[in-house]
Amino acid sequence: MDVFFAALDVLARWDVMLALVVGSIGGVAIGAIPGVGPAVAIAILLPATFSMDPIVGLTMLLGIYGSSMYGGAIPAILINTPGTAVNALTTYDGFPMTLRGEGRRALSLAYSASFFGGIFSVLCLILLSPVLAKVAPMFGSREIFLAALLGIVLVVTAHKGQMLVAAALSAFGILLSTVGLEPVKYTRRFTFEQTWLASGVDLIVVVLGLFALSQAFLLLTMDDEKIRTPKSRGSLFQGFRELMRHPRVAGISASFGVLMGMIPGVGEFTAQFMSYTSARKLSKSPEAFGHGSSEGLIASETANNAVPAAAMIPLLALGIPGEALTAMMLSVFYVHNVVPGPGLFLYQMDFVVALYLALLILNVLVVGFLLVSTGALVKLTQIPNRFLGMCILLLSFVGVYSIRNSAVDCAIAAVFGLFGYVLKRLNLPIVPIVLGMVLGNIMEVKLRAAMNRVNTPWDFIDRPIAFVLFVLILLIVGSTAWKTWRDWTPADRRSLARKSSARFAKRISGRQTRHFDDRLKIQRRKRTYDHLGS
Amino acid sequence: MSTESELQARTRVSGQIVFVGAALLVSLVLLSQIPSQTVWIEDAKSFAAQPRFWPAVAIVTMVVTFGLNFWLMKRRRPARADWAEARRWLEPLEYAVWFMVYVFAVPWIGFLPMSIAFAAALTWRLGYRSALYIWLAVAFAVGTVILFKGILGVKIPGAALYELLPDAVRSFALQYL
Repeated sequence: MDVFFAALDVLARWDVMLALVVGSIGGVAIGAIPGVGPAVAIAILLPATFSMDPIVGLTMLLGIYGSSMYGGAIPAILINTPGTAVNALTTYDGFPMTLRGEGRRALSLAYSASFFGGIFSVLCLILLSPVLAKVAPMFGSREIFLAALLGIVLVVTAHKGQMLVAAALSAFGILLSTVGLEPVKYTRRFTFEQTWLASGVDLIVVVLGLFALSQAFLLLTMDDEKIRTPKSRGSLFQGFRELMRHPRVAGISASFGVLMGMIPGVGEFTAQFMSYTSARKLSKSPEAFGHGSSEGLIASETANNAVPAAAMIPLLALGIPGEALTAMMLSVFYVHNVVPGPGLFLYQMDFVVALYLALLILNVLVVGFLLVSTGALVKLTQIPNRFLGMCILLLSFVGVYSIRNSAVDCAIAAVFGLFGYVLKRLNLPIVPIVLGMVLGNIMEVKLRAAMNRVNTPWDFIDRPIAFVLFVLILLIVGSTAWKTWRDWTPADRRSLARKSSARFAKRISGRQTRHFDDRLKIQRRKRTYDHLGS
Repeated sequence: MSTESELQARTRVSGQIVFVGAALLVSLVLLSQIPSQTVWIEDAKSFAAQPRFWPAVAIVTMVVTFGLNFWLMKRRRPARADWAEARRWLEPLEYAVWFMVYVFAVPWIGFLPMSIAFAAALTWRLGYRSALYIWLAVAFAVGTVILFKGILGVKIPGAALYELLPDAVRSFALQYL
């Protein structure tokens, strides 16, 4: 109880509350604009938070992180374009509901499901805290190394169909983390005799390039789309009542969100996919999924909103980020000399609980804000692509230049922006590079420390947690290798042509042309936004 | 079609061979540079303490995975569509140049004037030539400067041009604009 009051004391400051309000409202607005996403917003705002108190900066970023998925549901439901990458499944059932004139019902369901997912995961986090406080100190160097390795393995295996490229990009991230002076013998690595490379490649510069600048370039080279928001009926409050009729779907989906959020490298997309699949299996009307099923909408929105709070668990307890957004937050911790890991739970529990409470408050704030401002937020979806690109380019300058007023940093960010653009054009993932950079650094430090106490290879896994992590890694690598071997298709032969022709024949037989057009748009948008903001 | 196959991210086919081929080439060049760009220490406490260890792990993984990807592709020669896609990758170079011009001009001309000029000029270049869009761009630039430099106090130094301003205005401009 003392910790709870101490945490309230941490939060009870005008600047913290302001940061929470600005972060949550800003996050919703950012989420509602397709093509921006929380990664771009957090990347741009990161340097601005360096001059703030750790709790203020983190609360603002947490606000954006936790609330953007609420906002992302708006364009996903109304115009079939996910606001953030993790709202992709929301389009499956949300947009068909909009076509039926039930847009407001779908939005209301999405808000209530998101709210349930958010609150459920924060409560899990609070209940798990005592356990975490006990377990976290049991993680020594070798356990943290193995957990980081597990994160890399999972981020690779999570990219089904692109695992080789994901592994290569993770390795590229690890290589980037080694550039510059190494910290033990102070020898130079891959500096090519360039003094500006001696201090290494800054994570935030890379993140800004890969997420913000590449997105700006992508938008600047896109055509503007004419967006038509259909009329809809219904109350924005009815979703809360409807949610109560599906407690099993909501509970299972939120649990998937929490579980997947806790595992490094997995994240929202897998959580959403697993909860959607299980909801369909358990449903009495599985055929409605993908055609405006309320259960499908609840499953996807509950799961993705349960992830942010859960993703804080490996970050706070072990100092291991689970995905790109928590990797960015890790740098804010380091800038303020707050080192996430077992020590944080032992010595700064009030700070940890304050972050949990901030997450709890932000969910309430966001739902209240959405209920009164959905009409205005819908207009944000109509900002033209290229104009939005100009805005992101301008904001990216602020983000990069304010780190250390270096034109070289801006040039590096521009190069990574162009690289990110190519990756996005090819629909290749960006997250493995960022996680490779962060986890590569952790793995190097922890493995070096662990090897000092290891005489035989068996010593490395002679502790229970290390052994479990090692076995998990072996199982995941083994099962993935087996599955890949069994179902292999050459990388450039995964064309949609065959599947598309089958669907084409099915659709034109006795269907209306209008329906056909709509489905075409659905496919096009899905493909365009596959990795967007991820 | 199952949800799993619909949700699986698909790499764009055209251009893939150019990317994978180029990435493999860069990885091989980096691999050849390991002896000259990293150091092998004789008295290192363990293998993991070698400065060369992690760059080697990363580059070897890159070579193996990009190599496997290249080898497993059935079409290993770029076709016309691949080069057309590769040419599209050059399109944002223009905006990268705009960005760098903006970066180099800010320390001379100033954050506020340069942001206004950049936003208005780029908006015009993008084809939004009505007064409404130009004014929106100017308002966005002014809002950005006020928010980030004026309120949040991010570190963007005052410009050389501000030195020419009268004393009363100069210190204000240096700090807030």
